[in-house]
Amino acid sequence: MSASLDDIRDEFRFEADGRRRVVLTTAALVALLVLVALVSLTHGAIRVPGGRVADILVHAIATRGVNLGQDAVVVIHIRLPRLFLAMMIGAALAVSGALMQGLFRNPLADPGLAGVSAGAGLGAALAIVLGDRLPQEFATLGSSLLPAAAFLGALAATWTLYFVATREGRTSVAIMLLAGVALAALASSFMGVFAYVSDDRQLRDLTFWSMGSLGGANWAKVAALAPIAGLMLAACPFLSRGLNALALGEAEAFHLGVRLQRLKAAIVFLVAIAVGASVAAAGVISFVGIVAPHAVRLIVGPDHRALLPLSVAGGAVLLAGADTLARTLVAPAEMPIGVLTAAIGAPFFLWLLLARARDVGA
Amino acid sequence: MTAFLSARAVSYRSQRHTLVDAVSLDVEAGRMTVLIGPNGAGKSTLIRLMSGELRPNSGAVVCDGEPIGRVSPARLALKRAVMTQAIQVSSPFLTHEVVRLGLDGIGRVSGLERARVIEQCLAIVDALHLASRPYGNLSGGEQRRVQFARALAQIAAARSVQDGQALLLDEPVANLDLSHQLGLLDAAHGLARSGVAVLAVLHDLNLAGRYGDTLALMSKGAIVACGAPQAVQTSRLLSDVFAIDLAVGTPLVSESPVVLPSRWLRC
Repeated sequence: MSASLDDIRDEFRFEADGRRRVVLTTAALVALLVLVALVSLTHGAIRVPGGRVADILVHAIATRGVNLGQDAVVVIHIRLPRLFLAMMIGAALAVSGALMQGLFRNPLADPGLAGVSAGAGLGAALAIVLGDRLPQEFATLGSSLLPAAAFLGALAATWTLYFVATREGRTSVAIMLLAGVALAALASSFMGVFAYVSDDRQLRDLTFWSMGSLGGANWAKVAALAPIAGLMLAACPFLSRGLNALALGEAEAFHLGVRLQRLKAAIVFLVAIAVGASVAAAGVISFVGIVAPHAVRLIVGPDHRALLPLSVAGGAVLLAGADTLARTLVAPAEMPIGVLTAAIGAPFFLWLLLARARDVGA
Repeated sequence: MTAFLSARAVSYRSQRHTLVDAVSLDVEAGRMTVLIGPNGAGKSTLIRLMSGELRPNSGAVVCDGEPIGRVSPARLALKRAVMTQAIQVSSPFLTHEVVRLGLDGIGRVSGLERARVIEQCLAIVDALHLASRPYGNLSGGEQRRVQFARALAQIAAARSVQDGQALLLDEPVANLDLSHQLGLLDAAHGLARSGVAVLAVLHDLNLAGRYGDTLALMSKGAIVACGAPQAVQTSRLLSDVFAIDLAVGTPLVSESPVVLPSRWLRC
């Protein structure tokens, strides 16, 4: 069968169509992000009208934050850093999810489900409980100890996962998910031990980290997380081609000129540092890494050149939106964000399992 | 003249089994070399060794004058394309996107040129009408054809920056209907004639004899015969290696020798 020239042009209109989709999705996500930011800054325990928020922002920038009124303090020192933190953590977790899904060649991989967050949480818990018992000379390490421990925990969990679940370039999904269960169980048993030996303050901190909350947001945390979020964003273009080729298989990616070991090491490192930093700042938040990339994939397809940057935007919208809900739904109290993302994400994950039941058995 | 891609006394062991035992094979530019042999003879392992995917325990694979282990993956991708036996695409790519994976980041191909190469490669395997369908929904045979198109696209992209490529095909016609088997092998043969060094594993001895310029017969990890089809496809050699009585003859209606199980013959 031979195709006429017009048929050929028709077939390849899809490439242009794909590009249009990417542009539209980007525009839609940016609009959503602005909307979420607006709601998030105006709503909460006290209501600050949109016009007033704009005034406050302009004033705060002009005066570098001196002489702020009460509502201005709420916006500048509570809501704004919290919004930024939610966006950056959402973006970091979503990209981590997309990277893990590419590395494991499976859309069901997620830092939360696969136990990477649990590993980071365990590292954080270790730092909380043992941090106070360190000799005086190490006291200055205090502030960097927790993020470093969370990073190392996440790194150890990701490596373990990869080595357990991948044989000769093929990843068994069943083994990956079960290994995630095992890692999470291991982490929770250690958490139990830590809870037993910790004092009241440490116990409160531990609970906070295992449930996840953005309540502790401040500008210092934003400043600490910004370079990591920036690193994730900057790394995206360098990983896209390799991850696309990896969809064919590890041997095939090598045949297409991909340096596999370097790609894998870069992904494991990036996932560990992003999840470690997120957990250190806001505790364990699951499902963002699976929901955001999957939604993006449904709309623009699996090409990582679009998938990774759009997951950044999608994750930011998702977590900032979820956090706004978490603190307004039951105001003046607030729900732990991890509870809310699990409530949205778990049914979504079950639906995904149902739709891909065949792949999971394989 | 030295061959473009050659194995020099390569051996490969996995656990305690020797899968490939001191094999030497030259794959020359402009010719189609066909590997035949029973299951488990080491054909796929030899392909994986010659593609650089596996490192031999002893011996060396030389590609374009350089030991393959010393060539970076990116430069190697400009020298050879590979179609492996079982390829599973884990992401929901469309068919034309799968072919594009063979072009991305390889050689210097402009956007317009890229679309043209993808079209041509899909047309060669008669899959242009599948271009915008999800790859995962294609039949097994259709997927194999698209993977061949992807390897062709890689060769085309590599040719944009340098001459001299090898194409390694591990059972390229498995699952294909007869007309597409011939179409694919015609394309591979044509590529060989245009200067590419082609190495293919085939199970159909008649196709091997028809398309191979050189046949290499493998058995138990070693090459037991290598040369022109007439020299390799003898009744005695084939019967011995495949452990079944085979008759080789050239019927009046055929240009090339035909191999049949002896018990199918009337006399």
